[in-house]
Amino acid sequence: MSDGAHDGRDGAHDGRIGGIEVEGLVRVFKGGVRAVDGIDLSVAPGEIFGFLGPNGAGKSTTVLVLTTLLPPTSGKARVGGLDVVREGAAVRRAIGASLQESALDPFLSGREHMRLQSALHGIGKSERDARGDELLARVGLTEAADRKVGGYSGGMKRRLDLALALVHRPRLLFLDEPTTGLDVQSRTALWDEVRRLAADGVTVFLTTQYLEEADALADRVGIIDRGKLVAEGTPTELKATIGRPSVEAIPADPAERARLAAVLERFGEQVAGSTNGVATRLPEGFGDLAEIVRALDAEGVAIADLRLHAPTLSDVFLAKTGRSLEGAADDDGSGAGAGSGRGRERAEAAGR
Amino acid sequence: MSQAVLTEVGALARRALLKTLRQPFQVFPIVFFPAILLAVNASGLKAATRLPGFPTHSYVSFAIAVAFIQGAMFSMINTGTNLAEDIESGFFNRLALTPLRRVPLIGGLLVGVAAMGALQSAFYVALGLAAGANLEAGLGGAFVIVALGALAALGFGALGCVAALRTGSGEAVQGLFPLFFVFIFLSSSNLPRELLRTGWFHTVATWNPISYLIEGFRSLFISGWDATALGRGFAVAAGLSAVALLGVAGALRTRLQRT
Repeated sequence: MSDGAHDGRDGAHDGRIGGIEVEGLVRVFKGGVRAVDGIDLSVAPGEIFGFLGPNGAGKSTTVLVLTTLLPPTSGKARVGGLDVVREGAAVRRAIGASLQESALDPFLSGREHMRLQSALHGIGKSERDARGDELLARVGLTEAADRKVGGYSGGMKRRLDLALALVHRPRLLFLDEPTTGLDVQSRTALWDEVRRLAADGVTVFLTTQYLEEADALADRVGIIDRGKLVAEGTPTELKATIGRPSVEAIPADPAERARLAAVLERFGEQVAGSTNGVATRLPEGFGDLAEIVRALDAEGVAIADLRLHAPTLSDVFLAKTGRSLEGAADDDGSGAGAGSGRGRERAEAAGR
Repeated sequence: MSQAVLTEVGALARRALLKTLRQPFQVFPIVFFPAILLAVNASGLKAATRLPGFPTHSYVSFAIAVAFIQGAMFSMINTGTNLAEDIESGFFNRLALTPLRRVPLIGGLLVGVAAMGALQSAFYVALGLAAGANLEAGLGGAFVIVALGALAALGFGALGCVAALRTGSGEAVQGLFPLFFVFIFLSSSNLPRELLRTGWFHTVATWNPISYLIEGFRSLFISGWDATALGRGFAVAAGLSAVALLGVAGALRTRLQRT
């Protein structure tokens, strides 16, 4: 498939098409808030890189800097082999981006959006309609192409946003929380599209606050918290750094919870579990769940449910930051590191 | 100007025009308010034509000029509001992410505003003629009116852009309307300056550039080809546009931080 493929017309980067290289990137907002605080990362060409973190962690600010919309306070970033500060215009020709909100004009149709975007990217008049139709078909919007975008659902807007980002056949694609607020069906469809793009060789930089999204899509994941990159690697590597599975048991009789905890403590240290259950992080290499069952049986503790949890990216986040990803956004609201998130990022990107 | 810039400006101008025309609450005031004000003034102030020195027997011919200024002020509000919405929704960032240069980024919008100004001016000419006004300068005068209307709309529209770029808020832009509407009332909108007997009012109207803009439009209806009035009208519209465009350039530098 060639939809996302580079056709050589945006030759401003002279074969230097590459991934993303970031060194010591810092962005300080008014008031001294360090939204991005010394990030180093590297994304290989053709890779899907998942940038995971809670709201206000600095994900969108990083994207705004990498897409040239916001100058960094210090540090270096090269996108597609181009310096984001010195070669901003060339970077913009090389990348496609779908930012946090589906920034569409409610009074234009999907087709009119495609024509406008094509014209602004210098695509010839004769090619504009064909390219627009091709992309609208690709994202399943052919039938809705002549309807005003104001009547589109959230999923349709996101798909149109993605199609617009692909108009000029970019080799690098930035997707800032592309599935936030979407239903499962729309989310899955968008994931499939991202996978197809990656299969075509497009480098995808994807920010998300959804663990399962990063896990399902990303070749490698960077975890950002309070402006700092706290972990980076493949999902498997990151989970391996945690290494140890945990077991969670729910007593048949809630009054037995304390006895259940006492038995499980023999196998490892207690960790946060569900409201009714007791969870224990097992030692490395522990693999025999039957041993726990026998111990519970011997103590006469009846259990309603027993589950073995393999490490997840949520566990990685917890291990690296000491907080759960779900609660981290609230913490960040008052935290000094990340600031107040997307509102400031958008305002600052717009220059105020 | 290169073909690429022309394409970019054309695409954005078309979009600006469509955005206004597809919003009934933006088109309605352009059509409705000047028509209502013309009807009220023409019936209520008709007796003014009997004042010694009043330049015409048709108050409609005299009053229709105000419609062009009102229309230009609606351009300011509509343009500013639409741009502020683009900033708030992130559409402005979408445009900033394309290879589009700074000049077409706002230039396209302003060409759309000028086109809208031309359209609404043509409508007001038709409205005035339908209401009984006499266009002394004839068909050529109508074309000049459309040109002056487009230039005035460009100037006022650019002022709306400055407000939008500075504040990023549609509400702030709309707050400008009453402020600028005062300029219409403190001008020669209802009476010729020579007949304004209240000293301070005469002074304010004389210093108020809107008076000369109105008199530029008015001269084509009443006097035919009056080079002085027309020259002053175009000078005010061009001066306003120049000042506002300088303001846009400054505000855009602050708003658009892209590298």
